Amino acid sequence: MLDNLTQRLTGVIKTLRGQARLSEDNIQDALREVRLALLEADVALPVVKEFAAQVKQAALGQEVIGNLNPGQALIGVVHRELTRLMGEHNDALNLATVPPAVILMAGLQGAGKTTTSGKLAKLLHEQNKKKVLLVSCDVYRPAAIEQLRTLAEQLKIDFFASDISQKPLDIALAAHDFARKHHHDILIVDTAGRLAVDEAMMAEIKSLHAALKPIETLFVVDAMTGQDAANTAKAFGDALPLTGTILTKLDGDARGGAALSVRYITGKPIKFVGVSEKMNGLEAFHPERMASRVLGMGDVLSLIEDAQRSIDTAEAEKFAKKVQSGKGFDLNDFKMQIVQMRKMGGVSAMMDKLPAQLSQAAAGAKIDERAINRTEGIINSMTPLERAKPEILKATRKRRIAAGAGVQVMHVNQLLNQFEQTQKMMKMLSGSGGMAKMMRGMKGIMPGGKR
Amino acid sequence: MLGFLKKSPAGNTIEPETSRDLGWLGRLKNSLSRTGSQLGSLFSLGGKIDEDLYEELETILITSDVGMDASRFLLSDVRRQVKEAHLTEAAQLKDALAHSLLKLLKPLAVPLAINNQQPFVIMMVGVNGAGKTTSIGKLAKYFQGQGKSVLLAAGDTFRAAAREQLMEWGARNNVTVIAQQSGDAAAVIFDAIQAAQARKIDVVLADTAGRLTTQAHLMEEIKKVKRVIDKALPGAPHEILLVLDANTGQNALSQTKAFDDALKVTGLVLTKLDGTAKGGVIAAIAKSHPLPVRFIGVGEGLDDLRPFVAEDFVAALLGLDA
Ligand SMILES: Nc1nc2c(ncn2[C@@H]2O[C@H](COP(=O)(O)OP(=O)(O)OP(=O)(O)O)[C@@H](O)[C@H]2O)c(=O)[nH]1
Ligand SMILES: Nc1nc2c(ncn2[C@@H]2O[C@H](COP(=O)(O)OP(=O)(O)O)[C@@H](O)[C@H]2O)c(=O)[nH]1
Ligand SMILES: [Mg+2]
Ligand SMILES: [Mg+2]
Repeated sequence: MLDNLTQRLTGVIKTLRGQARLSEDNIQDALREVRLALLEADVALPVVKEFAAQVKQAALGQEVIGNLNPGQALIGVVHRELTRLMGEHNDALNLATVPPAVILMAGLQGAGKTTTSGKLAKLLHEQNKKKVLLVSCDVYRPAAIEQLRTLAEQLKIDFFASDISQKPLDIALAAHDFARKHHHDILIVDTAGRLAVDEAMMAEIKSLHAALKPIETLFVVDAMTGQDAANTAKAFGDALPLTGTILTKLDGDARGGAALSVRYITGKPIKFVGVSEKMNGLEAFHPERMASRVLGMGDVLSLIEDAQRSIDTAEAEKFAKKVQSGKGFDLNDFKMQIVQMRKMGGVSAMMDKLPAQLSQAAAGAKIDERAINRTEGIINSMTPLERAKPEILKATRKRRIAAGAGVQVMHVNQLLNQFEQTQKMMKMLSGSGGMAKMMRGMKGIMPGGKR
Repeated sequence: MLGFLKKSPAGNTIEPETSRDLGWLGRLKNSLSRTGSQLGSLFSLGGKIDEDLYEELETILITSDVGMDASRFLLSDVRRQVKEAHLTEAAQLKDALAHSLLKLLKPLAVPLAINNQQPFVIMMVGVNGAGKTTSIGKLAKYFQGQGKSVLLAAGDTFRAAAREQLMEWGARNNVTVIAQQSGDAAAVIFDAIQAAQARKIDVVLADTAGRLTTQAHLMEEIKKVKRVIDKALPGAPHEILLVLDANTGQNALSQTKAFDDALKVTGLVLTKLDGTAKGGVIAAIAKSHPLPVRFIGVGEGLDDLRPFVAEDFVAALLGLDA
């Protein structure tokens, strides 16, 4: 379950054992692993180098307190520094200006500008009770205007119609005029995707900025972006006085190192993240969570601590063996799992501690605590033999069990089904990349919202 | 840099600034020149081969999204060459790296061959915003240029105005687009294949909605689309193209694995190589999950599609004269 950085560091940690302080000598190897972990997460190399230097500064001389070992202490430092770099707290949009407050969207092709324009409009309308106007200045990509118009219609947000025969600047100015006259609080201006090296297109967006004087100029960037995020962010940041970034497609499994690159290079806060294609898929940015995600460690550490505190070690080891082999996992274990989960504060508490991408993957799978209680009741109504050999459960036994637990036979069947799936998951878990696979598996079992 | 001609349909033509006749390789090379110039300065020093030089090489590969694993593999191959051929000069290292990279990428350069299936059905898949729909527009032109008749299927029934976007590409190419007001992707593509059979069309290009591979239900949906295509025409789809954005980092690898696991991908299209992104992740894919790269995208226009030529790609990446 330990992922990436944590995993990488375990080897190094051994060499650090028994040392009381982090020093130049004893963190050298560990720092190299930190650099590699960040590179694998797509953080741009120049940023990685700077960051490693900062971590070193912060780590040197740190005492290794309590029962932490130096490796764990270093992970703590890395996580803290990363969080600090990502902005520590969440920055809201600044809308304090003479209305209409203009929000200008900028970014590469396919980054998510149009979708995010719609999401922002919805958010500002619903949460801030603002009167919003949407306009598209994308006269290049086929049906780009139509895309935004469709979204506006869905959202019941005012839309300023434009046409591909018009110049983007003319569209923007006309929309601004319209917003002023019709007392809109906010004008969101969607633009065409452009490459930072396309001089003509960069000149165009500069002129849009000059004319509109937006209070927010948001750089929209895809969380899957690789090393070039640094170049792109630099170029957009040089061309436009950006006020913030929106990181899209975080619902994928990219580690999102681009977040760090962009934040570092533009010096501007990440204000929101996109977590779904749907219009409600925009969330405030949480630096802490993002740091965990980039490092690939989630709150795995605290999860482990919780687990150590509450799980009977002998039981846990027995269970771990069964998971490893994928064999011998029976309904007794299934019940055991439920009891353990309770001790750890229930399923939802556990989910909260998983790395961000995993809990996001599991988010659609609203786990019903009531169903879990029912499950426990059903297993309690079984004989030890039935729990160990669920395959012997035929119609009569099922009826008896259902009656005992006060449920329908259907529920007993559901449980057996679920158990079978869990067994399969256990097998997956014992393979490589276990946790991620398991989460994917879970989504299949517990259907998330249809998109 | 890139002077690709950017046209709005209504003639909002933005003149290319510079290199109208540079050709795609010139453009690609320009856009990849950061790597090239780094290499250039490093190797023109006339120095000897030492550890710093190797570390610099690693740096250059990493900043092109080649990734740790493939970078290490390439470097050890370079080291082997240095040993075997008794290379000593820094300048020789560049050729050695080009050689290693080419050896890795060459097997991926397998062009798409259309057999005499009628219609030959191509299904486009990929994550959101990768360039599937645009690539269909370009492919329609490419196949028509080969004298084939083409029909498009508007299989993205989810994203706002995805259908209208594809219809515009159909209009630009003057080819039929089969679309439905509502309904699911499988149904639209099923219809399109039947229409193509009736009209004796050579190639069907089926668009699908972008999807992230973490969304299990969407991965199930795309599998179903494939099954339904096979029902409409046994043996189809004949080609499943996974579209990858050159801006993507290491996640392109997990995209490749996940889509291949779900669908058995038969080829890749690497888009947006006209930017500063180098698409080096293709080397990582070549190393750990090789699939043929059929085409590259070098712009937003109808003509901005090229076959993948390993030699050119390597030359552009390393700033060599092809
Ligand atoms: N510069 C450049 N832009 C490209 C290229 N290919 C596609 N694009 C642009 O990238 C954006 C996304 O392209 P689409 O074709 O809509 O991508 P898609 O995969 O169909 O996207 P969804 O259907 O929204 O998932 C558009 O703005 C395209 O114009 C390319 O090779 N170079
Ligand atoms: N899964 C997911 N898809 C997104 C997100 N944001 C945008 N998209 C999708 O990414 C694609 C490109 O988005 P679009 O808004 O057209 O990008 P633009 O070219 O920058 O305007 C579309 O398919 C969107 O549905 C997100 O946060 N998550
Ligand atoms: Mg758009
Ligand atoms: Mg599309």
